[in-house]
Amino acid sequence: MKNKYSIFSLVKNAFSYHENWQKAWKDPTPKKEYDAVIVGGGGHGLATAYYLAKKHNMKNIAVVEKGWIGGGNTGRNTTIIRSNYLWDASAGLYDHALKIWEGLSQELNYNVMFSQRGVMNLAHNLQDVRDLKRRTHANRLNGIDAVYLSTEEVKKFCPIINTSPDIRYPVLGGTLQRRAGTARHDAVAWGYARGADEMGVDVIQNCEVKGIKRNSDHVEGIETTKGFIKTKKVGVVAAGHSSVIANMAGLRLPLESKPLQALVSEPVKPIIDTVVMSNAVHAYVSQSDKGELVIGAGTDDYVSYSQKGSHQIVEGTLNAILELYPIFSRMRMLRQWGGIVDICPDASPILSKTSIKGLYFNCGWGTGGFKATPGSGDLFAHTIANDEPHKLNAAFNLNRFVSGDLVDEHGAAAVAH
Amino acid sequence: MFVINCPYCGERDQQEFKAGGEAHIERPKQPTELSDDEWAEYLFMRKNIKGVQFERWNHAHGCRKWFNMVRDTSNDEIKLIYKMGERPPSE
Repeated sequence: MKNKYSIFSLVKNAFSYHENWQKAWKDPTPKKEYDAVIVGGGGHGLATAYYLAKKHNMKNIAVVEKGWIGGGNTGRNTTIIRSNYLWDASAGLYDHALKIWEGLSQELNYNVMFSQRGVMNLAHNLQDVRDLKRRTHANRLNGIDAVYLSTEEVKKFCPIINTSPDIRYPVLGGTLQRRAGTARHDAVAWGYARGADEMGVDVIQNCEVKGIKRNSDHVEGIETTKGFIKTKKVGVVAAGHSSVIANMAGLRLPLESKPLQALVSEPVKPIIDTVVMSNAVHAYVSQSDKGELVIGAGTDDYVSYSQKGSHQIVEGTLNAILELYPIFSRMRMLRQWGGIVDICPDASPILSKTSIKGLYFNCGWGTGGFKATPGSGDLFAHTIANDEPHKLNAAFNLNRFVSGDLVDEHGAAAVAH
Repeated sequence: MFVINCPYCGERDQQEFKAGGEAHIERPKQPTELSDDEWAEYLFMRKNIKGVQFERWNHAHGCRKWFNMVRDTSNDEIKLIYKMGERPPSE
């Protein structure tokens, strides 16, 4: 049993100089066989294991992670959470996640610092205005809170934005989802790992998958750096490396892995109390609780697994940031990094069975997977446990690339996520 | 970010170029004969290799010509550049 985190446990542990805190998760060696193995110990993978154990009573399972948990894209994103997607299928998927976020800290007894500070999306040209108005209406029909803001209302909501009509990308309006916001990315991975561990899930770090053993039509186990693990169900949640794992099983996926960059500034006093996204110029900014500006840039257009992006991408983003927020002109950037994102042709994820029985893929989240972490885990767990998708992720199957029934969020909604 | 040796213009900064994805994907000769699965393979499925990959690039802000490149996607090291229509080297 895990000790409960509370103000009392904090005070109690202060008396022993915080040296006697219980370990949040064990460091197990892999067993010979599991009922299911999740490949990838990021937020989505750990959440999948958590819900498999909690809702589907599958306790004899493991999560294998080649590095350390939360060390991939979970720790490399800009932590934006929202659900204002255009299409019904996406709206259902992302709002399912948002509803879980709203009670997640209590459920996990782990403070994920979910902050519903609102997310504002800016319109910079007439097409943006039309698209964002259409999206606002679509959101409201799907029961998702959304309002359209005029330029004056944008300025009122976030006074530091430059709304002069003379700038290169003038602000013509925007949308606001008040339930949207941010969360602490590491805490999400740690909270799910602790919760899963408590229910008996083995979270195995530094264990890289080297091969997938399959009979002609079903999975028999995985080859790892810590030996062979026998299992009938393998759920792959490997983000940018999904294609690498798929190749091991002789599958091809409709994915391209590209570097996506982000950067943070030196910490300053509170200056921006919401999240502002500008899809047209690929500039997203919010402020972390430490005071750093968290800035998201765009992806490079070539395939790369190097976790580095091109300098001109960052330069373009900062040009746009400076024009929209002249007050940031003397800020210094502290750190910059890249994450490898797996992008689908329709910019929607894949949560799906495959042609191989017992092999499931949860991938293709591209530039916007963090926001979906709890919902993705919940629905993927359902898919693995029942060998059938939940109705909320049925549209996100691999077969849509054959049938043509794509969930085209790329062209129709915001390119950014 | 890297420097690309355009076969027509010489060494230029990568930001002058546009990546065109996986190379040597041939357009089906008999499109009407193709099944849905074969169309999906042609249109959407990609190798997306971590390691040495064959790609097409376009010198978009230069001569605007297309060419092929062999590049290691794990460290962005360019192994070889050859013109369109030339046969891919066998590793």
